[in-house]
Amino acid sequence: MTVTPAAPEVVLSVRNLCISYLTRRGRLRAVNKVSFDLHAGETLALIGESGCGKSTINLGLIRLLPPTGTIDSGEIVYRRRDGQTVDVRGLTTGQLRQFLWRECSMVFQGALNSLNPVIKISSMIYDTAAAHGMDKKEARDRALDLFQKVRLDPRRVFNAYPHELSGGMRQRTLLATALLLRPQVVLMDEPTTAVDILTQRSIIDVLKRLREELNFSVIFISHDLAVAAEIADTVATMYAGEIIEMGPVAEVFYRPRHAYTLGLLEAAPRLSVGREELHSIPGSPPDLVEPPPGCRFHLRCRFATDECRTTPPPLTTAPEDERHTVACYHTATILKTRQEELARD
Amino acid sequence: MINPAPAAAAPLVALRHVYQTYKKDNHLLRVLQDINLEIHPNEILCLVGESGCGKTTTGKIIAGLLTHTEGEVLFKGRPPASYTGARERADLRRTLQIVHQDPFASLNPAHTIGQILSYPLQRHGMVSGRAALRRRIWELLTLVDLTPPGDVVNKYPHQLSGGQRQRVSIARALTVQPGLIVADEAVSMVDVSIRIGILKMLHRLREELRLAIVFITHDLALAKYFAWEGRIAVMYLGRIVEIGPTPQVIGQPAHPYTRALLAAVPEADPDLTRHKQQIPLRSEDIPALAAIPPGCAFHPRCPFHVPGLCDASLPPLAVPAGFQQQAACLPLHQPEGLRRYGT
Repeated sequence: MTVTPAAPEVVLSVRNLCISYLTRRGRLRAVNKVSFDLHAGETLALIGESGCGKSTINLGLIRLLPPTGTIDSGEIVYRRRDGQTVDVRGLTTGQLRQFLWRECSMVFQGALNSLNPVIKISSMIYDTAAAHGMDKKEARDRALDLFQKVRLDPRRVFNAYPHELSGGMRQRTLLATALLLRPQVVLMDEPTTAVDILTQRSIIDVLKRLREELNFSVIFISHDLAVAAEIADTVATMYAGEIIEMGPVAEVFYRPRHAYTLGLLEAAPRLSVGREELHSIPGSPPDLVEPPPGCRFHLRCRFATDECRTTPPPLTTAPEDERHTVACYHTATILKTRQEELARD
Repeated sequence: MINPAPAAAAPLVALRHVYQTYKKDNHLLRVLQDINLEIHPNEILCLVGESGCGKTTTGKIIAGLLTHTEGEVLFKGRPPASYTGARERADLRRTLQIVHQDPFASLNPAHTIGQILSYPLQRHGMVSGRAALRRRIWELLTLVDLTPPGDVVNKYPHQLSGGQRQRVSIARALTVQPGLIVADEAVSMVDVSIRIGILKMLHRLREELRLAIVFITHDLALAKYFAWEGRIAVMYLGRIVEIGPTPQVIGQPAHPYTRALLAAVPEADPDLTRHKQQIPLRSEDIPALAAIPPGCAFHPRCPFHVPGLCDASLPPLAVPAGFQQQAACLPLHQPEGLRRYGT
């Protein structure tokens, strides 16, 4: 289920990405030294609480940061289907416009805000296609086919205005539109937040099927561990602007090695498990203008020791699985705690 | 005594055949139909359902903030009109409190936390004198774990985190020593890691202050956790389709809608969530309130519907054989009903 056979190609490679915002109180480092590889066909879930930097990463990857945000350093390298690599940070505005949609597209939270209320879905499709040199006939055929794939009534939706569609239909319309120009990477920011349970289910199912049929890669941003558990191949936990743990989904959920990941799991209620003992994480996330020294989580961590308070823990690889990396001094204790909890269930 | 006190068993709030209807562009919107509920002191009742199902409207009627169109609402066994006199009405208002979803919108940004808490205390004459007021504010902030209170009392809402603000909202509801709190999506805007702390605090307050809590949420896993010792009512298009003790409703759901909802919820456990048996619906889209389907409102989407039965008559909310909760589903109430479901 989560095993990647013979490591498929890397389509997006991010190294030491740092992004900051200029605020009245000074520079705020929203993303700090983030590195990861996204492989062909892989779904990477970035999970974390509000303000952890997950949305900023997504906006940075496609250079759509607000005017106060800048990429300070780091590399974003995208590999095209023909094998050529693209330095995303070096793209001119014109090149970026071609890069978006064709190579990398995005689906944002709140579908209504992403759809122009005064034009029909068909016009939006045609506009997008024209901007990238796809002819009208091909765009129409492709859109109708994609609408079918996302379980929409193709003709009805194609000729509809956004307000004529329900929330779930709009979100699926956006998903289909994002795939119009056959991008290799789709960025999704909380696509199932603020929708109803049954709508969320249909979006998840549609996304899973599309991925199997079209084999694109996804970076999926969510605060919802359950959705990540369901659709992700790889999970990266973010805290205070940093990826503090990353690995295959089963590794991160069943064998977490960072205290924050453990804390998130201990706070997540599960329906199919009878009475549960849950715990929340004390305190609140740190101020990113002046982040605490050492491990950024140490003020809220029940395992914290002196070295956590002074020296940031380096990213290390788990002995059992080299794809599992973590920045914590107490991996063994945390792993043991989780295993004991799972045994109790 | 002129007015004998109602029997001790009288529920805090009782809704009997309550309907709520709005008129919109010559359409009748039936927002609530035939709602029957009783909330007893110290009880937890959870209202769950998708948006538009009527859970918030029900919550507002329970809190006495909304007048219903038809039916009867009794507070401590008496209709609201029987509460005459300023004193009695104020007492009733005090008993019922609500905590809203958005702690950014429900606290006045121009007032300090101390001021926010002092207004209801003074308005309802809960304390007399500055010293007592200050002492009570300190007590309330301690009660909601905002300690030390001195750090919080002079702050403005924007200086607090979302979780802290929601604790202030709860403290404000507690100023008037209510018997019941309606918590409408009270933690859905709070970060995952902090939610459980607030829910545990509500549990503790319920025990210490003998509060009844009506908890409204769209998150079934959260409802299960919070209301494990209470009841859950599942609502669909303005009706309660299933109601009963939480472990039964979640562990052995009766109504097809409840079953579909529970099956659809992803779980924070990769193996569990990827092997969940789904219940495919016949239609993805929820009907409009202006055109609620006849018979059982769920029948156009229900995979178990029986043509000629479910679309013809209204299912009564009753306990089906083999269950402990009530469910409104006709096939379930027939002898062969259970076999159809494979339970």
